[in-house]
Amino acid sequence: MTTTEIFDLLVSQFGSEKIVAINTEAIDPWIEVAPAAIHEVAQFLKSDERLILHHLNNLTAVDYFQPDPKKAAKFGHDPHLELVYHLSSYDLRHSLVVKVKLPRWQNDVEGDIPEIDSVADVWAIADWHEREAYDLMGIKFGGHPNLRRILCPEDWVGHPLRKDYEFPLEYHGIRGK
Amino acid sequence: MSTIEELREDTRIIEYDVRTDEMLVNMGPQHPSTHGVLRLLLRTDGEIIYEVTPHIGYLHRSAEKIGENLSPAQWIPYTDRMDYLAGMNMNLGFSLAAEKLIGMEVPQKAMELRVIIAELGRIASHLVGMGAYGLDLGSFSPFLYAFREREIILDLFEEACGARLTYSYLTIGGSTHDLPNQITIPPGLAALTERSPELKLSWLEAVTMFLDWLESRIVEYHTLLTRNSIFIKRTAGLGILSREMAIDFGCTGPVLRGSGIDHDLRRDGESIYTRMYEGYEFDVPVAPFDDAPPEAVLGDNWCRFYVRMMEVVQAIRLVRQAMPRYQAAEGEYRLPFKLSTKLPKDECYLETESPRGQMGFYLVGNGDAQPLRARAKSSCFCNLAITDPLCTGLLLGDIPAIVGSLDVVMGEIDR
Repeated sequence: MTTTEIFDLLVSQFGSEKIVAINTEAIDPWIEVAPAAIHEVAQFLKSDERLILHHLNNLTAVDYFQPDPKKAAKFGHDPHLELVYHLSSYDLRHSLVVKVKLPRWQNDVEGDIPEIDSVADVWAIADWHEREAYDLMGIKFGGHPNLRRILCPEDWVGHPLRKDYEFPLEYHGIRGK
Repeated sequence: MSTIEELREDTRIIEYDVRTDEMLVNMGPQHPSTHGVLRLLLRTDGEIIYEVTPHIGYLHRSAEKIGENLSPAQWIPYTDRMDYLAGMNMNLGFSLAAEKLIGMEVPQKAMELRVIIAELGRIASHLVGMGAYGLDLGSFSPFLYAFREREIILDLFEEACGARLTYSYLTIGGSTHDLPNQITIPPGLAALTERSPELKLSWLEAVTMFLDWLESRIVEYHTLLTRNSIFIKRTAGLGILSREMAIDFGCTGPVLRGSGIDHDLRRDGESIYTRMYEGYEFDVPVAPFDDAPPEAVLGDNWCRFYVRMMEVVQAIRLVRQAMPRYQAAEGEYRLPFKLSTKLPKDECYLETESPRGQMGFYLVGNGDAQPLRARAKSSCFCNLAITDPLCTGLLLGDIPAIVGSLDVVMGEIDR
């Protein structure tokens, strides 16, 4: 199925409040899902026999933010985080890109990381990918079985892939910068 | 995989009659059989494993963060250092992703060159996988043979690009250099084929000579490992990964095909990648195999190992077909790519079949020369995630056999 057909199917199933947008002009066409609906949509994408998107190729996050105020005007995006799910099916040989937009900070309180439902119970590998997204990008996954840092040490401060991340000056006696 | 309850009923296992305390054992990060700096935290009862928690990140070098500050061509050396046993395939995967983003079509000659180089890289990587797996299971000589063969490939790569491990050879638009016309025969190859060490020949002739020699050795590897009864006892029927679990955990590459799923991106991937392999004849080895020993079960260590061995044979076939095509192809071996090239305000994700699985690169451009996000999705990262379900309920000594059969490279997992 093409992305447009999958989009129509999802809109008829969930309504346009939950399946927010589609972009067919991108190199990899994608659809956008509302953050609150991601878990039920994920379950449907995996289990529906017309889709069977059982392989989670990749789960990652992108920080759309320009820390330099001089360049911010030309940046062209509102500051936000995007979670990207790349899915495919071995049986039906089609693929889909799902995006979820999240605020950079929960309720605009700096330091309060946003939260979204985990899909680790839908695709088992999402467990590790979500831990990585939490570790490097600072997104909390509600209902995740074991949300700990995976690449950085457990006592690391901050989320390094955020655009406004400040490199530490010191870590256990090792000088930074 | 037996459950703990089944093992408990097994009267042959003495640990359940004589109860022992649970113990936490750290395996790694410097354990030789964990293939790099991997730490496995084991919860064991005597010899029996209840839980395996892999701890990764010891080799984390923030490659993704660095990638956001570099132009794609400058990031290529960082991809070498991810999967350092298959640097060529990583270069190729990332170059293709960048080409997909900027909409570049490489010339025919570059595509044939890439097939030769990528498949030789696959052979070199699988040779290490095979040799190191023998080492894990206590068989030392296959390791020496494998490294002897790999040495020749590294010499050939050195003639082509000057580097032996971190090549940065395949780059955006093609490759940095054309293949050399005349070289001195690699010393290892001269010794093995009893030629004069001063013999001059073309690079492609040296490759043909090497492939002829390697092909005649494959029977020997099968005798040493694949058909060796000790090897079969330690691998067959252990670490069984079912088809459903392989999909659920996102396993790819030989691990996926060892579980019986016929999927190879060289054949089933996106057109920008499969275009390279158009017109080539090759098979995709998938378990179960007709010539498997009776003890082997679909998805066990033996199948995963055998898929790799069979892929070497297919890679040899591909290189042989690619060489005349490369010679016949006309035109340039690369298109120019400027470091200051602005990336479009778009994004793309591309997976390629690297020796260890489907290596994905995700690039988000924003009108600058540097991408907004450069993400490397590691195949070993997903393959390693199944260690816990595979090892639970088995014995401590089976862990090197299972982790080795996944053939993980920590540089790629930690990035």
